Amino acid sequence: MTAAIVPIEHVLLLAVVLFLIGFVGVLVRRNIIFLLMSLEIMMNACGLAFVAAGARWGDPDGQVMFMLILSLAAAEVAVGLGLVLQLDRRRRNLDIDAASELSG
Amino acid sequence: MSMELLWLVPTLPLVGFLILLLTGGRLPNNIVALVACGCVGGSALAALIAGLAFLEQGSEPYSLLMWQWMDVGGFTPAFKLYLDGLALVMIGVITGVGFLIHLYASGYMNSESGYSRFFAYMNLFVFAMLMLVLGDNLLVLFLGWEGVGLCSYLLIGFFHDDPENGYAARKAFVVTRVGDTAMALGLFLLFRELGSLEIQTVLSEANRMWPDGSVLCTGIALLLLGGAVGKSAQVPLQTWLPDAMAGPTPVSALIHAATMVTAGVYLIARMHDLYLLSPSAQFAVAVVGVVTLFISSFTALVQTDIKRILAYSTMSQIGYMFMALGVGAWSAAIFHLMTHAFFKALLFLAAGSVILALHHEQNIFKMGGLAKKLPVPFWSMLIGTAALAALPLTSGFYSKDAILLTAWDYSHGGMWFWLFAAIAAFLTTLYSARLMFIVFFGESKTEPHDESKINMWGVLVILAVLSLIGGWFGLAPLAAVMPDGGLEAAHSGLIVWVTAAVPILGVLVGYALFGRKQVDFQAWLESKAIDPLRRFWFGGWGFDALYDVVLVKPFIRLAEINKNDVVDLLYRGIAGLARSLHGVLSITQTGKLRWYAANMGAGLLVVLALALYI
Repeated sequence: MTAAIVPIEHVLLLAVVLFLIGFVGVLVRRNIIFLLMSLEIMMNACGLAFVAAGARWGDPDGQVMFMLILSLAAAEVAVGLGLVLQLDRRRRNLDIDAASELSG
Repeated sequence: MSMELLWLVPTLPLVGFLILLLTGGRLPNNIVALVACGCVGGSALAALIAGLAFLEQGSEPYSLLMWQWMDVGGFTPAFKLYLDGLALVMIGVITGVGFLIHLYASGYMNSESGYSRFFAYMNLFVFAMLMLVLGDNLLVLFLGWEGVGLCSYLLIGFFHDDPENGYAARKAFVVTRVGDTAMALGLFLLFRELGSLEIQTVLSEANRMWPDGSVLCTGIALLLLGGAVGKSAQVPLQTWLPDAMAGPTPVSALIHAATMVTAGVYLIARMHDLYLLSPSAQFAVAVVGVVTLFISSFTALVQTDIKRILAYSTMSQIGYMFMALGVGAWSAAIFHLMTHAFFKALLFLAAGSVILALHHEQNIFKMGGLAKKLPVPFWSMLIGTAALAALPLTSGFYSKDAILLTAWDYSHGGMWFWLFAAIAAFLTTLYSARLMFIVFFGESKTEPHDESKINMWGVLVILAVLSLIGGWFGLAPLAAVMPDGGLEAAHSGLIVWVTAAVPILGVLVGYALFGRKQVDFQAWLESKAIDPLRRFWFGGWGFDALYDVVLVKPFIRLAEINKNDVVDLLYRGIAGLARSLHGVLSITQTGKLRWYAANMGAGLLVVLALALYI
């Protein structure tokens, strides 16, 4: 087992920062494209944390999880972009707050 | 082997009912009449053949297993027909008189709508009544018992456009239901105690297990009496019968005179061993009978509706049958049941002809002088009332005389039973005379329009002949079934002559009152001193008013209090709580995606904090 070039604390800190950036993006952006991009950032933050943890304990599971997250992200984007296209076609606008017909 | 035709007896009317039911009124009237009369007529023919075969082989009870009904935990009622002398008399009356009334009704109902519906109900009734008397099992008997109750309800309310008729139908149904509940309890008790509902088993087991005068046996006998009282319109459940006259007249003749209302008499005669084991229950039967016949004779004397007179007269004649059962004149009771079926069916059908000829006028004071204009109904009515009043040589004379004379010999106050019954017999003659003289003599008040065809007056003639000679031959088949071994002839002494003289005295008084008009009876009744009594009698001795105050009014008041359903308050409260909580929660559902995401984040934080610090 080789010594870590980058200490795990730094990597986790980066992951948290990325996650928070993505989360804040989800909360503040109203454009649905940006919302999807923010989600992507959050997911990649998670993936980074998994890879770092896998490297720290020499366990391949972390990388397996990252593969899973990658495919999940691909599927999510496929569905998400389909929704974007439909929203754009139906209401000619991509404001997520305008699509709130399901209010209680 | 011709006794196996017995299965056809109840099946044919059922087939007729099914045909009429499934065609749903699309058949023309004459086909409907053909199906209905044909099925009941075929049933009568099958009953005749089976009956002759039964008598030929020496009146041995014969049973025919149709199928096993169910088999649950040792309870195995079979669908079995059982023919003995008693059942034979009953199926003879039901199919014979039933067929004649069907024939009459095919003419009588011709101008009414719902012709097919009428005959469907009538056929169903005949089927149910036959199951009642042929059932070997009390459960089958009860099935028929409820079946005839249903048909009675449907036919009383046949003219359902008038809400009054629906009310009368419901009243009949509910009042008889009171008795039926008692009867069902009696059946449950019988099954618990004896483990079977098969009639012959029940009777022999009861004799084996219970001592004389056993309390349990008395209780069961009284519960069964309750059922019989409801069905046969005896005091205190008699109030439904006069209102039941709302139905078409052939229905009154078939159901509310000849057959269904005598089912109670049949039940008690069928279960006679229970009453022999319990003299107090048997005494109760006699008391019920004598009270009913006494009360209803007075009531019949003041009625003005021709059908109500006959209804009260039916009640009093069934009272005679109950009294006969009570004092031990078992065969005489069934004998009177048969002769009564003849002459009361005749009276109702003749009254129906009069009513039809006068365009549905039923008030006797609007009739008068009809003897010449309606000769067939007049002679029928004359013969019918003569038999009803038990004038010598008519059929009613033989049966009623046998009852009165046995009552005289009864050990528990037989003289009193005789006295009350004799007074009622006198009154019977009196109201019969009143009916005859007011309707058929005196000045003519209306112009009758006789439309009766041969199938109507032919039936009247046949029934008139039966009412005359129906009592001459006795009822031999009963001897093997009833505990008194058939009709006794051995009475002698003064009492025989006195009993026979009572109705003749009634005729003389009736002639003086209504024929010669020596006293204006109606004016006397309405005079100031007598009028409250007249109104008391007219209303059936206040039973309706009493039940109204004691039962109906309190029930309606309770229903009004409970209109909004007290029990439902709890459930409505739960529903309201759920709805208000739902209102609170639905505020959070804004439909804004970012708001949801923020909430999720906050929730995650809370959960993490809880996991870390607690």
